[in-house]
Amino acid sequence: MNSFDDVKLEKIVAWLLISGVALSALVVLVGAAGFLSNHGSEPADYHVFRGAPQQYRSVEGVLGAAGPSDWRAVIQLGLMLLILTPIARVAFSLMGFVLEKDWTYTALTALVLAILVYSFIAPH
Amino acid sequence: MRITIRRKPYETASIRSSLPLCFERAMTHLQFTGLVFGISAVAGCLGALTGLGGGVVVTPALTVLLGVDIRFAIGASLVSVIATSSGAAAAYVREGYTNIRIGMFLETATTIGALVGAYLATRTPTAILAIVFGLVLLHAAWSSSRGHPRDVAGREDRLAERLRLNGTYPSAQGQQHYNATHVKTGWGLMFGAGTISGLLGIGSGALKVIAMDQAMRIPFKVSTTTSNFMIGVTAAASAGIYLGRGYIEPGLAMPVMLGVLAGSLIGARQLVGARVRVLRWIFAGVVGAMAIEMIVTGARGIK
Repeated sequence: MNSFDDVKLEKIVAWLLISGVALSALVVLVGAAGFLSNHGSEPADYHVFRGAPQQYRSVEGVLGAAGPSDWRAVIQLGLMLLILTPIARVAFSLMGFVLEKDWTYTALTALVLAILVYSFIAPH
Repeated sequence: MRITIRRKPYETASIRSSLPLCFERAMTHLQFTGLVFGISAVAGCLGALTGLGGGVVVTPALTVLLGVDIRFAIGASLVSVIATSSGAAAAYVREGYTNIRIGMFLETATTIGALVGAYLATRTPTAILAIVFGLVLLHAAWSSSRGHPRDVAGREDRLAERLRLNGTYPSAQGQQHYNATHVKTGWGLMFGAGTISGLLGIGSGALKVIAMDQAMRIPFKVSTTTSNFMIGVTAAASAGIYLGRGYIEPGLAMPVMLGVLAGSLIGARQLVGARVRVLRWIFAGVVGAMAIEMIVTGARGIK
């Protein structure tokens, strides 16, 4: 008999989604508080597209800039955690299906994960 | 007839973004954050209930009402899609609406489709596609507003049996059993949905719901919640690209993300008591408006 089943997998997936979202929301909130208390009264202008500054476009850049001197980088770090959440969900489902010894779904999930990883590393 | 655009259809809307209807200039970050948070909360609530994701409402609201540049709006709405998807999905999975197996099985179709779409993107007239897609959505909005005579039963499908796609979901009368049918048609439609999102750069929550609800005859609430569950993966796949292009601006994406998240959590609480008839009408209304917007932007691209 299998000790691991769909009900357990659903619990793990739900828990993972909640923690991913909660963690990213927390980081975004911290960044927002810092950003608004320092720059809240400055004018907001997003009419013209200049592109987000270079340090906000990569994981390394954000990790390097995040801190009390750059609250927007803290926000961006939270947004990156959010983007990672669904990908982590697929990875955890893969482990779940392996534990269930459900090889059909292990293969299907591995395929989805492979495509996701490919879409991140493929040159655009 | 010459087709001139290679852009994503939404980008043609930047003409409008230079003409904001209200709230011209002079807003501080604090005011702007509060206003965008409120709009996003409404969008997130609608997105969670309909399985559409909330980006449908956020992008036009930011560009038309607030005059935000379309690329910033697209970046923020992409983030918001992941927030709705994950926020509402967590609740729906736990309550037993979402069918994880249907989601995983159909994600193979949407991700392969997205790759094919991204490959085709450079050599396909997207303007014509936008119009065709708009017409498909218009038809879907119409048929979805009518619903089917039965929402629960459904014939047996051997493939659904083998893939263990059949399940149960909570309702006012207790747990209801359902069977998925026309699995191959559903997979094909999902592949189409993935291709279209790869081609046009839109999350295709509408097509996902339609494939499950109309083709596979999965109950409406299971269809919308499973769509919700899936669109996070679709959006995450393109988020990397948008991040690298600088579309995701933290000052703007922050209130959108927090607002949509709050709204989606409120929306998720309403689902158990929500009447399917009302949900179908909201869904049809939003999809219909979206369809018309796509047809108009597509028609502008063909000159």
